[in-house]
Amino acid sequence: MKQVEMTNTQREAQKRQRNLRVRQIVAHSYLWLLLLLLYAPIVLIIIFSFTKSKVFGNWTGFTFALYENLFTGYDRVAHVHVDPNLYHSLFYTLIIAIIAAAAATLLGTLAAIGIHNMRQKSRAAIQFMNSIPMINPDILTGISLFLLFVFLGISRGLATVIIAHVVFCTPYVVLSVMPRLTKMNPNIYEAALDLGATPFQALRKVMMPELWPGMLSGFILSVTLSIDDFGVTFFTKGSGGLDTLSTFIYADARKGGLTPELRPLFSLIFITMLLLLIYINWRADRQAKQLANKK
Amino acid sequence: MKTLSSIFDSRRTWAWPYVLFLVLFVLLPLLLIFVYAFTDPQGHFTLKNFVTFATKSEAVNTFIYSIAVALITTIICLVLGYPAAYIMATAELKTPAVMAMLFILPMWINFLLRTIATVELFNMFGIPLGEGALLYGMCYDFLPFMIYPIYNTLQKMDRSLIEAAHDLGANRIEVLTKVILPLSVPGIYSGIIMVFMPTVSTFAIAELLTRNKITLFGSLIQRAFGEGGLQMWNYGAALSLIMLLIIGLTSFFGNSEDNETQAGLL
Repeated sequence: MKQVEMTNTQREAQKRQRNLRVRQIVAHSYLWLLLLLLYAPIVLIIIFSFTKSKVFGNWTGFTFALYENLFTGYDRVAHVHVDPNLYHSLFYTLIIAIIAAAAATLLGTLAAIGIHNMRQKSRAAIQFMNSIPMINPDILTGISLFLLFVFLGISRGLATVIIAHVVFCTPYVVLSVMPRLTKMNPNIYEAALDLGATPFQALRKVMMPELWPGMLSGFILSVTLSIDDFGVTFFTKGSGGLDTLSTFIYADARKGGLTPELRPLFSLIFITMLLLLIYINWRADRQAKQLANKK
Repeated sequence: MKTLSSIFDSRRTWAWPYVLFLVLFVLLPLLLIFVYAFTDPQGHFTLKNFVTFATKSEAVNTFIYSIAVALITTIICLVLGYPAAYIMATAELKTPAVMAMLFILPMWINFLLRTIATVELFNMFGIPLGEGALLYGMCYDFLPFMIYPIYNTLQKMDRSLIEAAHDLGANRIEVLTKVILPLSVPGIYSGIIMVFMPTVSTFAIAELLTRNKITLFGSLIQRAFGEGGLQMWNYGAALSLIMLLIIGLTSFFGNSEDNETQAGLL
């Protein structure tokens, strides 16, 4: 009698185990299916970076020609130059991203320190203003700044695009740095001042090391947002021929043909980011293992 | 000199440059949208811009259509994204962080190029570009924005609450509806805002995905400023103000706590 009971509970446990396994397989398949859909167009871009056809989606045989064109800027076979605007827009994308992200990090970090030391009321007011550019869709940020520059009579170009990017990047820096400030001991800055440091020294030697991780993630997020932006750049770049990759692709696509060298360019960007992710993960994994070994 | 250093000592003042920046480049520009919306090209007060919008059936239809597209996109993203976020946060994945990064990684390829690649994918399978393609493309572009905030809140959730609910006799469905769902509401809120706001205002994606066959509200605004010339700016500003109103209403219901989840995007 007792033995039967045992096998019953065993059987139940087995059944539960099997249910868990099935559920897990279903769950995993769901994630992989979503990822498959998400990555299908990207895989398509990478595949078609290895064929020379000008029309995307038209396979004319395997070749590295597009990569060669991308790096030399010249199509040896067709004897034409690769659209120089591609390189200009790549250059300006990077320049704008780095300058805007650096400016946003500086402005946002100072602002975060200031906000942190404010009284509740003014703090809430500034935090509300800070959230406007995050909530505003890019088209509204772009148009409102477009109207401002027209109103002030400032001709649009590189400077206006950078200002506009600082507008939508800085709030994220403020939000990345704020949590670091709440975690920090508020007395160490005062202590540094009491020990004879100037405010600037105290900022650089005492606060900066504490705030550094928040500033870094704010900077990286700013670069990402800036590179990916289309709407704001579109309305603030003016008609002087300034383009970032986003506006270049948009103009290109509207003309009909997409510059084929964009395929290898973005394949390379994607592969780089993927390798970076794998490397970061591998390093974190190794560190975790080392830590476990030490214990 | 002493007063200058005492100003710098009070760290409150460190925010002043940013406050000035915000007033000049955020508040003043928004004020200008108001001003332009209620004036004619000569600068006189008028309601003509709004009357033009209300009496043009094309504009009103586009407006309603855009909101419908944005709502449907948001719902599809929520239905598809919630289970994904839930699985990532709760299932015994070996590497949940990598999985989360895998959903973010596509964003490093310019979204316009990804949209064009999606168009090519449709072409290859011979699927005509229309409403279906538009919805697919929109969901495709914004799904990660739904998954990430929900994943973030679910991950921070106290697991012992689930165990407690189980111990107290709740079954799996009850645990989901009475414990997990209510706890993930903040994530759902910011997910909805992060998908709805850009989809209701986008213009480039729709133009590329449907080869200009479908016009969204964002395209109307863009055309008013882009091709309409000076005469159309005031009308464009009126349209922008209408969109601003929708954004304001949406974020009012979503309250401001979401900002922190947004910042956690990377």
